[in-house]
Amino acid sequence: MSNETNRRDFLGYTFAAVAAVGGAASLVGMKQVWDPLPSVLAGGFTTVELSGLKAGEPQTFMWRGKPIFVLKKTTDMEDNSRDLLIGDDRFTVAIGLCTHLGCIPAWKKNMWKCACHGGEFNPSAEQVFGPPPRPLDLPPFSVKGTSIVLGEEGPEYKKIAAAMMA
Amino acid sequence: MAKFEKANSVGEWLDQRLNTTALTKVLMTEYWIPKDINFLWAMGVLLAVTFKILVISGLFLMMYYKPDVNLAFDSVNYTIMQEVAYGWLFRHMHGVAASVVFLIIYIHMFTGIYYGSYKQGREMIWISGMLLFMTFSAAGFSGYMLPWGQMSYWAAMVITNLFGGVPVIGDALVVWIRGDFNVADATLTRFFMLHVFLLPIVIMGIIGLHFYTLRIPHVNNQKGEEIDYDAEAEKYLTGNKKEAKVIPFWPVFISKDFAILGIFLIFYFYLVFFHYNFAMDPVNFDPADNMVTPAHIYPEWYFLWSYEVLRGFFFDVGPVKAFDIGLAAFGFANVIFLLLPWLDRDTKILPAHKRPMFFIWFWVLMADLIVLTIWGKLPPTGTNAWIGFAAAMLFIILFLVLPIVTKIDAKKRGE
Repeated sequence: MSNETNRRDFLGYTFAAVAAVGGAASLVGMKQVWDPLPSVLAGGFTTVELSGLKAGEPQTFMWRGKPIFVLKKTTDMEDNSRDLLIGDDRFTVAIGLCTHLGCIPAWKKNMWKCACHGGEFNPSAEQVFGPPPRPLDLPPFSVKGTSIVLGEEGPEYKKIAAAMMA
Repeated sequence: MAKFEKANSVGEWLDQRLNTTALTKVLMTEYWIPKDINFLWAMGVLLAVTFKILVISGLFLMMYYKPDVNLAFDSVNYTIMQEVAYGWLFRHMHGVAASVVFLIIYIHMFTGIYYGSYKQGREMIWISGMLLFMTFSAAGFSGYMLPWGQMSYWAAMVITNLFGGVPVIGDALVVWIRGDFNVADATLTRFFMLHVFLLPIVIMGIIGLHFYTLRIPHVNNQKGEEIDYDAEAEKYLTGNKKEAKVIPFWPVFISKDFAILGIFLIFYFYLVFFHYNFAMDPVNFDPADNMVTPAHIYPEWYFLWSYEVLRGFFFDVGPVKAFDIGLAAFGFANVIFLLLPWLDRDTKILPAHKRPMFFIWFWVLMADLIVLTIWGKLPPTGTNAWIGFAAAMLFIILFLVLPIVTKIDAKKRGE
């Protein structure tokens, strides 16, 4: 400190330092109050049995409050790198929220159409029309026999996720 | 301590302690208003009254409303509407005022634009006004969520998803704002807090600021005339009321405001009693369902124009995604009005009918906003998508050409 610094300046600087530490600490606390609660984070696993699905008729399941589309593809629907292969069957698994602004698209004949802003997704969950910027998102899952457990990252999920990144 | 003498009346007693005489002069009887202003300048008082109606009716609703996803819908649609005596009245007053307040805000705002009231010295009036518009929008949206109907839920879904457009942290930000992976109880309770406490307090603060910003540059007038307020006030105080260009706010000017307020309140209560339905979307009488989106969702009428700018861009341009273009355009639409004082390059404050090019610009903007509002409610397919795109483009172009348009007007006048 220089000679010109007097006791009042020193008190001012000290208070500023204490206030800055306290202010930063409260910001951390305030941020965390808005974080999801542990009970919300924990309630995250759902098992879906795939053997009963009819080809060409997608079903909707609920996981973490979100709709999950599972479509067993018919033979004339084209192959895609994100197809989940179980035995001879090909499945599309996707979070059923439009990647534009989150409405739930409805299945119309051979595609998912979003009523909100006109987005359309093909049976492989790829966006084919409208504002959606990317295909429907892939939920994390693992395969157990003919069923999948949503919320776990299994090897099949990792493979499809890698294929989607490419 | 200052010297206090025995007061002869309650008024005098208060005056000694609170200086009420001086305060009344500054705030009311010697707050000068130009004579040359029309009914459009009454919108400020109408807004202040509508805001009071919102606060008071909201207090009564809050006594029975339950911010819980399992209870919210019934607490509104059963308890308040059926059981509470006059609960329906307070709900309809609140719902209708929430809609009407935006109508008056828009009239207030476009009056300001028409008469150039945002320019040269009045920038802070304009900015604080636009901040009020933004906080009213946030309050309107957070309140719309509370009845927890289908429209409430999906409005919350779409609006919170908008934050997903923020680079890098977007997805995490959406979860943080919601407090859950989707719109859920945590979302409802925090929006309840925002709607009933934080946002009203912020609005009251900005209203105070907005009033204060008027005191130094003073209110504009129909001709944009520069008035020497000290000289004109002096004329009025010395008894030359006829020649003075100003009148005191209270009790002279306020009488005109009260007349217009009377007409407004008749219109408002007509809506409350006979046409409250326009502010109550039928879809919102279905309880919120996170597994079914209604066939067609749209915001309340007062957000339709910016909603249409958002969805007007429905195709990718090269590597840029339609989503990002729409989001950028939406961001542009929401901040560009704030910059109006600097986009208007005209060196004089004049009403639009004295600025030929600006006059055209103003009415084209009005027409474009009406088109955006109408098409915002129509399904975004086929021709509708293209009309929406054209109107959204026109909106952006209008603001890009504003500096040129206003400069030409000034040049034509020989400046």
